[in-house]
Amino acid sequence: MKRTNELIVALAVMAVIIVIVWGVFAVGDNMPRGVTAYAQSVYQLHNTILGIVTVIGVLVFTAMFTSIVVHRRSKGYQAAKFSHSTKAEIVWTAIPVVILVVMAIPATRVLIEMENTAGAEMNVKITGYQWLWKYEYVEDGISFFSAMDRESNRARQLGSGINPRDVENYLLEVDNRLVLPTNTRIRFLLTADDVIHSWWVPELGWKRDAIPGMINEAWTKIEEEGIFRGQCAELCGADHGFMPIVVEAVSPEAFQAWVAEQRQDLADAAHDAARLWTREELMSHGERVYQAQCASCHQGDGGGLEPAFPALVRDGMPTGDLETHIYTVLNGREGTAMAGFRDRLQPQDIAAALTFTRNAWNDGAGEVVQPATVARRDQG
Amino acid sequence: MANASTAHHDDHHDHHPTGLARWLFSTNHKELGTLYLIFSLAMFLVGGAMALVIRAELFAPGLQLVNPEFFNQMTTMHALVMIFGAVMPAFVGLANWMVPLMIGAPDMALPRMNNWSFWILPFAFTLLLSTLFMPSGGPSAGWTLYPPLSLQGGNSLAFVILAIHLMGISSIMGAINIIATILNMRAPGMTLLRMPLFVWTWLITAFLLIAVMPVLAGAVTMLLTDRFFGTSFFNAAGGGDPVLYQHIFWFFGHPEVYILILPAFGIVSEIIPTFARKPLFGYTAMVYATASIAFLSFIVWAHHMFTVGMPLGAMLFFMYATMVIAVPTGVKIFNWIATMWRGSMTFETPMLFALGFVVMFTIGGLSGLMLAIVPTNFQYHDTYFVVAHFHYVLVSGAVYAIMAGVYYWLPKWTGHMYDEKLGKIHFWWSTIWVNVLFFPQHYLGLAGMPRRIPDYAVQFAEFNMISSIGGFMYGFGQLLFVYIIWKCVRGGEKATAQVWDGARGLEWTVPSPAPLHTFDTPPLVDDKVAVHADRLT
Repeated sequence: MKRTNELIVALAVMAVIIVIVWGVFAVGDNMPRGVTAYAQSVYQLHNTILGIVTVIGVLVFTAMFTSIVVHRRSKGYQAAKFSHSTKAEIVWTAIPVVILVVMAIPATRVLIEMENTAGAEMNVKITGYQWLWKYEYVEDGISFFSAMDRESNRARQLGSGINPRDVENYLLEVDNRLVLPTNTRIRFLLTADDVIHSWWVPELGWKRDAIPGMINEAWTKIEEEGIFRGQCAELCGADHGFMPIVVEAVSPEAFQAWVAEQRQDLADAAHDAARLWTREELMSHGERVYQAQCASCHQGDGGGLEPAFPALVRDGMPTGDLETHIYTVLNGREGTAMAGFRDRLQPQDIAAALTFTRNAWNDGAGEVVQPATVARRDQG
Repeated sequence: MANASTAHHDDHHDHHPTGLARWLFSTNHKELGTLYLIFSLAMFLVGGAMALVIRAELFAPGLQLVNPEFFNQMTTMHALVMIFGAVMPAFVGLANWMVPLMIGAPDMALPRMNNWSFWILPFAFTLLLSTLFMPSGGPSAGWTLYPPLSLQGGNSLAFVILAIHLMGISSIMGAINIIATILNMRAPGMTLLRMPLFVWTWLITAFLLIAVMPVLAGAVTMLLTDRFFGTSFFNAAGGGDPVLYQHIFWFFGHPEVYILILPAFGIVSEIIPTFARKPLFGYTAMVYATASIAFLSFIVWAHHMFTVGMPLGAMLFFMYATMVIAVPTGVKIFNWIATMWRGSMTFETPMLFALGFVVMFTIGGLSGLMLAIVPTNFQYHDTYFVVAHFHYVLVSGAVYAIMAGVYYWLPKWTGHMYDEKLGKIHFWWSTIWVNVLFFPQHYLGLAGMPRRIPDYAVQFAEFNMISSIGGFMYGFGQLLFVYIIWKCVRGGEKATAQVWDGARGLEWTVPSPAPLHTFDTPPLVDDKVAVHADRLT
């Protein structure tokens, strides 16, 4: 009589729990399916494990709530006296071991697949900086930085008054996307220049830390064209939340065309570094560089955020002399968040940013810095 | 003051300093236990206020309230305050109060050291919290203080490190005291395998503390010398290794996780048998399971850092070792349910919190099992999925167990019953909102939201808003807990010595409130008095 009672209650309890679990799965998000074969095997592994732990949870909670419903004093239930059972202890030690083995087998298989970085058709070196990424296409000799786009950057300032919902791809758009060919086995080499970062695009199925002084490896083979977004996943300072990653996967042909275009741009940049620039050119280019590279710390008006981020101008005047300014921008300042930009930017970018910083807030009373000047200091 | 310094050793029963001196100079385990618990409650509210700053900023996309740097200080401080200021001192406070009462000892073995280990804490936390008011701000590199990031901050790092050293000294002294008490001061007949499970879990926790707090001290001292004395332990440019810090830190950090949960297991193992009116199922297995978990906690540390780039063999080892922890943890959960099974249960507030613990700790344990799987961990790591996981085991786990313990023993401490109706409201309010707070964070993590970010893409807006509402409701609901305690201290229905009709153990043989000095003459313990009767049947 009592046994049937427990069984009926258990079935009812289980039905309720299953409905709750169904609801929990129905309202929520799951991991993205991914756009590589590897990412899809991670997705399947995730679903398998999630399924197993859900079943375990349902069974455990069914037993528990059946007991809570049936074995209560308010129903006149008398306590039994038993306090151990070796048989039960062995059973509920052995069954979890079996379940764990069942989970470990596919997990091991997928992990071995991820860790095999051999057979790469191209290599991309990724370097994390506070707070942007540098991508180098090792074989093609192309390299560039990738930082959050200006729209997002403006909107995300404290009290900006801009509604993030009005910004397309808020916080998940960059100035220069990482363009990659589809159906190509790509090896990534990850490192960092300052602190630890972590490169993560969920659609690729993994994240890997970018650590100063170390080179980590990872690989992917993207099967669909498209734009895939991610973010830095390791706390890397004030703007950790603002260093997105955007991968643009294109056909191998389109990728080759893009490479050719980049090479042309590179040649143009070399020419630009050598020639003399007008003040207007420097100011307009400088504003763009300043907003992208400097404004997140030193603020849009150069006022900084004391004491962490010093003001560059006070009462309209630059706070330091030009030589120190050039030196600091090139080499950074040790013990602070100020990074050296000699590897990050072209001489004309630095020259323009310097010109902009020294002239933007004092009606143009400051110095004009030519790319060639910066290039000379860089060598010296 | 004069009174205290001239008080004679032998007549401590008659003379007792009053006012501030009573608390400053106390060497009594009950008074120090009370101090620990009050301190812990205060820190719980401070750390909670920081959590509310975090949830307020995350209520909607865009930055509305704080700048990112301050946001990072809040996440860092919230963790440090909650772990070292709220949860650990709460457990030590409960141990101080209850371990001597449970083993029939007149006091802790080292009462003066007991005084010192408590009184270090207010100074440690004054140092730690004072950094928030320094020009360079508080620590902002996360509670894990990973270099090189943690080395970029200002001079406040030195204060943080000194505070951590003080907390470590306090913890180690507390642990030594607990071990010395348990091993030397048990009443005649209180053999090790007659001890209540709370005593057992604390004995094992104390060994963990002694083993790993010095490791943390070493790690942060290396940070200190890297930052201020020109060493390069963790500086790659100087031949050091940033990942070395993570290995050392997590060699402390993972046992630390169990330091935060083993005493909770003990509390729950006391409460469920009382309200099921049935002995704890599988007492011996529970002891062995606790010891196994403690042992395994030393060989799984790198599962916190699967993404740093380890050799395949290392990752497989740490994955398998981590998965194995599910076995003894499962044994515990099954044994609690078997204890309830065919019992005669009632559902007073301590039992409600204990059952809430079992359910939500199980959810946190299952997501922990998911996190152990390396390939999926590459996706979950450093996302809100992890945040959800550890808040399930720490808030609805450890904190729930502490609250269960407080309700369970409050009548013994104060001599009054707490307001049962308010206690139940507190439980249901907390349980609803804690799930609204943390469950959606699983979804956020799976959908791709990294942790420790002050602002997020708009597709994460809905679940963040729900989570923040849960956070505020849960957070302000805890003021009810403060009120219930205050009300119970002030008065209420007189508690009997037994308090709970199903309770067993020595603490229920002394009057309520427990007088300042108990068991001056040790009680005689036999199987009839012992809490757990596993070996008898």
